[in-house]
Amino acid sequence: MIDFPLSRLQPQAAVVYAALGLKSGSQPSSRSSALLQRALELFTNCSEPQGVSEAIGQDEFAEVYSGQGRNAQDTPLQKIFPRADRLHLFAFTLGARIGGEIKRLFASDDFALGSLLDAVASLAADQAGRVAEEWLERQSPEQKKSALTRALLYSPGYCGWHISGQEKLFARLPPGKIGITLNESFLMNPLKSISGVLVAGPAVIHQFSEVYPFCDHCKSPTCRERGMVRSA
Amino acid sequence: MEILKKIAQCLEVGDDAGVPPLVRQALAEGIVAKTILDDGLIAGMNTVGEKFRVHEIFLPDVLLAAKAMYAGMDVLKPLLLSAGVSSRGRVVIGSVQGDLHDIGKNLVGIMLKGAGFEVIDLGNDVAAEKFVAAAKSHDACVIGMSALLTTTMPVMKEVVDLLNKENLSGKIKTIIGGAPVSQNYAGEIGADAYGYDCAQAVAGVKKLAAAVP
Repeated sequence: MIDFPLSRLQPQAAVVYAALGLKSGSQPSSRSSALLQRALELFTNCSEPQGVSEAIGQDEFAEVYSGQGRNAQDTPLQKIFPRADRLHLFAFTLGARIGGEIKRLFASDDFALGSLLDAVASLAADQAGRVAEEWLERQSPEQKKSALTRALLYSPGYCGWHISGQEKLFARLPPGKIGITLNESFLMNPLKSISGVLVAGPAVIHQFSEVYPFCDHCKSPTCRERGMVRSA
Repeated sequence: MEILKKIAQCLEVGDDAGVPPLVRQALAEGIVAKTILDDGLIAGMNTVGEKFRVHEIFLPDVLLAAKAMYAGMDVLKPLLLSAGVSSRGRVVIGSVQGDLHDIGKNLVGIMLKGAGFEVIDLGNDVAAEKFVAAAKSHDACVIGMSALLTTTMPVMKEVVDLLNKENLSGKIKTIIGGAPVSQNYAGEIGADAYGYDCAQAVAGVKKLAAAVP
């Protein structure tokens, strides 16, 4: 079982400010700072973090990854996962209460607090992916650790893995036991949830230098900060 | 008029408790509601919008200002209604069918109201037919659609196609936004505008509303 302590999930104030567009070096107003403190308190009170993970073999994952046959023709993950030491399907949710609280705040015209809580929750859900990655790295045998084992989470909807891939992932994993369901657009409910495959192996397997056609349209190029892009 | 400047300044710092007494003071001084709206509240929100555009302030500050604007509007609304003052136009907004993300759409709605538009928010998971029916029944000049998933983006095209089919595309303009959407996609499906963020969306709606006969 992966443990998701709130202290690990809760983002730093500076990270929240940056996510909401505050330029680096600028100071938020005192009112905004006070609101962020309230948002962080609400986050602590309303979050119900739960995750589920299950090991999967490469052949079986190849079948899950094929999804509904709607992936991009060429994707990084199709080249990465066959070289992995371990694959784990994974899903995580912050639970339904926090989404309800965000809605309530917007409905009562408390938009600033609502948007801060939304940003905090989104960042926390992303952080849960990193917690899971570190968990899988710790599971690796000692000899693999010394070879710089790196685990990264890849999710449907990103890097050419079509979001309809959620269907087979959910069928195999089933995250229903932690309260996540899929709608007809393959969107997870509760919204503050993440899913995908944790891929562990030598760090080098995650790196690529190609630029894929879908990279042009990517508005969240986290591949760079995750160290996946190999400089030429 | 000094009081209108004070209203705008109070709004700019997001003082939602301070704005209503100033609005009441302005009314007591004999300033008409429409002038207080335009030269106090909307003027303040315009300054906030500009500061946001150039990254001088960030989103929570804009939203605090919007809340202060709403507090001022609560005082003015009955007077504006009885004086028959119309809004800058009606805008129907929603997240498209299959999509449950609504924060971005909510923020655009808040900022559109701050810019003086009347906003009919259909919520999330909105079918194409519902967008068009609401725009017709509310006599809206713009439909704003948000999508966060590639799987739900095609609903935006359905709305554009429906408007074309009903010969309404000259009367009701469309603007789209959301993570997977782009200016190119707007062009591809025949939407009238694309908003990269809330500030751009509001600027786009202003242009579209001004272009509607």
